[in-house]
Amino acid sequence: MPFGDAHNQVKMKFSSEEEYPDLSKHNNHMSKVLTAALYERLRSKQTPSGFTLDDIIQTGVDNPGHPFIMTVGCVAGDEETYEVFKELLDPVIEDRHGGYKPSDKHKTDLTSSNLKGGDDLDPDYVLSSRVRTGRSVRGFCLPPHCSRGERRAVEKLSIEALASLSGDLNGKYYALKNMTDAEQQQLIDDHFLFDKPVSPLLLSSGMGRDWPDARGIWHNDNKTFLVWVNEEDHLRVISMQKGGNMKEVFNRFCTGLTKIETLFKERNHAFMWNEHLGYVLTCPSNLGTGLRAGVHVKLPNMSKNAKFEEVLKKLRLQKRGTGGVDTAAVGGVFDISNADRLGFSEVELVQMVVDGVKLLVEMEKKLEKGQSIDDIMPAQK
Amino acid sequence: MTTIMPFGNTHNNFKLNYKVEDEFPDLSKHNNHMAKILTKELYGKIRDRQTPSGYTLDDVIQTGVDNPGHPFIMTVGCVAGDEESYEVFKELLDPVISDRHGGYKPSDKHKTDLNFENLKGGDDLDPNYVLSSRVRTGRSIKGFTLPPHNSRGERRAIEKLSVEALTSLDGEFKGKYYPLKSMTDAEQEQLISDHFLFDKPVSPLLTCAGMARDWPDGRGIMHNDNKTFLVWVNEEDHLRVISMQPGGNMREVFKRFCVGLQKIEEIFKKHNHGFMWNEHLGYILTCPSNLGTGLRGGVHVKLPKLSTHAKFDEILTRLRLQKRGTGGVDTASVGGVFDISNADRLGSSEVAQVQLVVDGVKLMVEMEKKLEKGEAIDSMIPAQK
Repeated sequence: MPFGDAHNQVKMKFSSEEEYPDLSKHNNHMSKVLTAALYERLRSKQTPSGFTLDDIIQTGVDNPGHPFIMTVGCVAGDEETYEVFKELLDPVIEDRHGGYKPSDKHKTDLTSSNLKGGDDLDPDYVLSSRVRTGRSVRGFCLPPHCSRGERRAVEKLSIEALASLSGDLNGKYYALKNMTDAEQQQLIDDHFLFDKPVSPLLLSSGMGRDWPDARGIWHNDNKTFLVWVNEEDHLRVISMQKGGNMKEVFNRFCTGLTKIETLFKERNHAFMWNEHLGYVLTCPSNLGTGLRAGVHVKLPNMSKNAKFEEVLKKLRLQKRGTGGVDTAAVGGVFDISNADRLGFSEVELVQMVVDGVKLLVEMEKKLEKGQSIDDIMPAQK
Repeated sequence: MTTIMPFGNTHNNFKLNYKVEDEFPDLSKHNNHMAKILTKELYGKIRDRQTPSGYTLDDVIQTGVDNPGHPFIMTVGCVAGDEESYEVFKELLDPVISDRHGGYKPSDKHKTDLNFENLKGGDDLDPNYVLSSRVRTGRSIKGFTLPPHNSRGERRAIEKLSVEALTSLDGEFKGKYYPLKSMTDAEQEQLISDHFLFDKPVSPLLTCAGMARDWPDGRGIMHNDNKTFLVWVNEEDHLRVISMQPGGNMREVFKRFCVGLQKIEEIFKKHNHGFMWNEHLGYILTCPSNLGTGLRGGVHVKLPKLSTHAKFDEILTRLRLQKRGTGGVDTASVGGVFDISNADRLGSSEVAQVQLVVDGVKLMVEMEKKLEKGEAIDSMIPAQK
């Protein structure tokens, strides 16, 4: 039977103007696209699982803007969201992903041997290297919308799949609810564990519900390959290690990910993917590859240079603090990663990071010696 | 375009495909009223129900699932999304109400008494000790769903009705409405430090129940020119009505409270939107803890000695009073000043509850004075009220 809802039956009696959110103080992708007329056209729709327009936009209504980044302001509740609400999400995707059109096709390339170089970033500057992505498991709703039963089923499948990994990928699953506070703090300090959800961006979209039920982390014995279960996406897959050997990190990433995908397919729960949007994830910003490849790199001189932002832009890179997306840099150490997700393959994005960071370190060294960097400014990639 | 179809939801249509065991929340680490009542069997029995507006069991309990416990108080762990929640989910809410409200039974009747003249005394609490007096309650407007569930359209309609009603008051109630979204940060800070304004919703007890959605849309505060009568619109309840002033004249505070409340109720009734009330639960509010009178009558009172006395908590229990810090429900006391108020809401009338506060605080101030003089208070320990 059709289920009840937190978005009540009463609201369709109110006119669209009466229900349309006040976005006058807002600055996120959703607020730029969602006019009153569009709201009216879409507000009576729902996906097969019952996700509605108000569900999609709640996070963007509740969070007008962010001090550091242009937020997306909307999320998907299931795979069908991107189709049923394409009139909102296509323009959001286009704005967010550099003009990506509804007719565009996305290329997936997880063949790590296609990466050139990447094994020689200077470890005096590049402290650590990391590649992460997300995956959604077909047949289940996404974290803003899934029920406890679905979330637990995703966890169960994940545990089974991961338990069959071996060799360098042999590891163990730690359910969040059984973890001691000490274990948890250690994993957070090692940059392994995901935060308890405190960001209003996540909480407003319902991703914190029932915490910590069915959330957990799996990692291999070496702690170089990790999988987060049921945080912002069904799965987040991370390969990381100290130093600058991004090639090795990416190798492990591709190998592990491909093995995991095979295991899930064998259980009739492939990853959500289509040829237009690539891998389908909760946040429209993570569509395509869902990939963020980055390094923690010391750039105390470069980061103070007037052209720092411009260089990053030309290299198609972005900076974050070393605590992750909502933090500031500490001690001149920055998290530098690819800015793009959709419209480029995994190999292409990691290549940009490898080449770009190599150049940034060169620039840092020049500035240390008091030399100019004008002659090595890059062209727009 | 009219749409009759059952609406979409954050509680998806697929979940009934999962077994009860798979959907039942893990409450093993929980300590709130809901967690004590909701067994797997009960969950299985009522999980496919919804109220006419579409509120479900998972909606009711989400806040209690997400918030296992609270350091200072035993939380309720469930909320209503509309008037019908208390009926449709009575198998859960009746036992919660019984636990929370001292054994109140499903067959019990609640008495409403807003006749301030029935209060005895209350105009002479010592202002050297009693710094301020305050009475608040909540009201829900019939025909709309409650803050955990209401849509923007509903919330705005409530605001509109409230603004009409409140700006038509005159005499000592004449005042002005300030929508939250137009308030400057400075105005807002001032109102908060005057203890007039409600906090931005940061408490996970509220945010997990969905009460902060679309903030600050549709929210605001009305107060009279004297700042002794205030109404909060669309916070945890549709309306919160507050009468307050410095000093210990609780009688005056309660009179203003009753008169103002009744004027407001008349205006809402004229618009065909009376307050939610029934003879079993009294005034219907969002949190089951506020049913009945929804009334919290209290004072800020200096009790540095009494509060460190071994029998302080016992005295409070016997007087049917509770203590809080001067920042409100989630705070600790500062400088020996406590917020002392009635503990009960349901099963006794407004007059009876304020009487308990007046009599109880009078006694505690006497005790404080004795302790100051180094005298014992054993002979003054009251019987259980």
